[in-house]
Amino acid sequence: MQMYDLPDSRGHFGPYGGVFVAETLVHALEELRAAYARYRDDPEFRAEFGYELEHFVGRPSPVYHAKRWSERLGGAQIYLKREDLNHTGAHKVNNTIGQALLARRMGKPRVIAETGAGQHGVATATVAARYGMECVVYMGSEDVKRQVQNVYRMKLLGATVVPVESGSRTLKDALNEAMRDWVTNVRDTFYIIGTVAGPHPYPMMVRDFQSVIGKECIEQMPRMCGRQPDMVIACVGGGSNAMGIFYPYIPYDSVELVGVEAGGEGVATGRHAASLSAGVPGVLHGNRTYLLQDADGQIVETHSISAGLDYPGVGPEHAWLKDSGRARYVTIDDAEALAAFHDCCRLEGIIPALESSHALAYAAKIAPTLPRERILLVNLSGRGDKDMHTVAEKSGIRF
Amino acid sequence: MSRIQPVFERLSRERRKALIPFVTAGDPSPAHTVPLMHALVEAGADVIELGVPFSDPMADGPVVQRASERALRQRVGLEAVLGFVAEFRRRDDRTAVVLMGYANPIEAMGAERFAARAQAAGVDGVLVVDYPPEESAAFAGVVRAHGMDLIFLLAPTSTDARIAEVARLASGYIYYVSLTGVTGAATLDVSDVAARLAAIRAQTSLPLGVGFGIRDAASAHAVARVADAVVIGSKIIQEMEEAGTDAAIERARRFVASIRAALDAGAEPARAHA
Repeated sequence: MQMYDLPDSRGHFGPYGGVFVAETLVHALEELRAAYARYRDDPEFRAEFGYELEHFVGRPSPVYHAKRWSERLGGAQIYLKREDLNHTGAHKVNNTIGQALLARRMGKPRVIAETGAGQHGVATATVAARYGMECVVYMGSEDVKRQVQNVYRMKLLGATVVPVESGSRTLKDALNEAMRDWVTNVRDTFYIIGTVAGPHPYPMMVRDFQSVIGKECIEQMPRMCGRQPDMVIACVGGGSNAMGIFYPYIPYDSVELVGVEAGGEGVATGRHAASLSAGVPGVLHGNRTYLLQDADGQIVETHSISAGLDYPGVGPEHAWLKDSGRARYVTIDDAEALAAFHDCCRLEGIIPALESSHALAYAAKIAPTLPRERILLVNLSGRGDKDMHTVAEKSGIRF
Repeated sequence: MSRIQPVFERLSRERRKALIPFVTAGDPSPAHTVPLMHALVEAGADVIELGVPFSDPMADGPVVQRASERALRQRVGLEAVLGFVAEFRRRDDRTAVVLMGYANPIEAMGAERFAARAQAAGVDGVLVVDYPPEESAAFAGVVRAHGMDLIFLLAPTSTDARIAEVARLASGYIYYVSLTGVTGAATLDVSDVAARLAAIRAQTSLPLGVGFGIRDAASAHAVARVADAVVIGSKIIQEMEEAGTDAAIERARRFVASIRAALDAGAEPARAHA
């Protein structure tokens, strides 16, 4: 086992991460950093977080042996970490609970969030309702149109959804707008970022809250199959579900960590969202990381069948894990993800999110090339009910 | 050498305050930018802050965002901005020019290459909105080695410790953002600004510019009583939007001239900058 204690005190993972924000936001981040430092290991905070995860989310989520699919593939055994069984249907809620509990302790009655597909927005609206907080969710106007059901879900939960009309009208622009709200209303407002990106301490804090996923696996895997897995596989957009399952495994040298990015229509076509595989380092949304950008340093639009992976950056810790070689990152394109989606439905009786289907597709791709005793652990980060529309459309079906 | 210090020294001798208009390069069109810069000088600008368009202007309000989007649609980025400055310098060797923008276009060009090219184009200062002092020590060295100033922001929420950190790295002038919020936000409390500027002056002898929330002659006049320079941006862009592309430059000239008149009418014994 190797020592791993990143980020440093100013949020750096090697050359990545940091605090790249306008001076107007610095104070708010210092306040957040101080509050998180105070409560991170506070027994009462930990206890309340644990209680909420157990009773409100339904943790621990099980690990499941995808036996029929593994047999069909004829190679390594595929195990699924069932984050799809969480309340609200994905891993996102682990983090929103943690941040909402922190917001309450900081005396902030109003929470804001950015959302792309709407999963983080729904998870934020859910905890805001649970704790009686005002909630405003910023969502690109393009995404508002594409994700009508999640918009309605947030409204049912009492949140205000603000369509963002600037830039490409998608997730990155929603994040810009949420930052603008925060800097203007910082006195009473807590910004709940949904992924392991943004300025320090967000990448560290979101990772910490999500690392419950990996910690459970470390206990569950030996019980289930007598040892830790050979490989842990997770999809990477911003990268929160992947950091959540990777982080506790970083010191386990024999466990290979593989992040799966959205290859869209194929990395060669330029229409994808594979920041680590095809991007170059730069500065966006408060941190230095790999970005999809043009020669002039402008951020470019991304493409993926899965809205949750449609982001031109990636958490800075992934950038570091890539460069240091501790994790490796691959791509799966839309068609491969869709095929894995259908196989998982038919062979295992589980409808996975399109995001998670990227991780599943990579497992299904390499399993046949590996011996039967190898163990692949895939983070099934969310359920696919939200994707019915997209998948049906691809199959030429209209509701 | 940067023109910024000479500009402030001259104004100090003349007992006048600096007027610093901000416009986004390439807005409303690339053809407007250089003539617009000259018009701003004719109207009384001492320093021009030229915005470098960026796809994700996180710290800007809707007005500057729109300007940035218009410029980007016409493919104006850092490369083009450096060209505008070089062209401006053919007729103006006196007005200081500060590039204001975000880190990523500079990092994409490479800090060293950017600094060399900016210096050659005739840029005097650089303000990178998302480079706070703790992330910009190396960049400050590169900028200074090329004879340019690195301008920093300070906010109402900046602590004394941060003011000290900025004072250590900054040169040229310091830009005090008078509101917590984005560019183009509404109200401004002058007595509060005065108190904050006094706290900053306790730690630096650099000239202090004030921006955010200055929208007309009256607010410019009021701020000029306590600051060394008045920065005005969103309102100029708004005036040009209302005028339409054909009349944009003339409208900007008239508006900036009205601010200049207000500043000069309010002239008081100037602070000496030791």
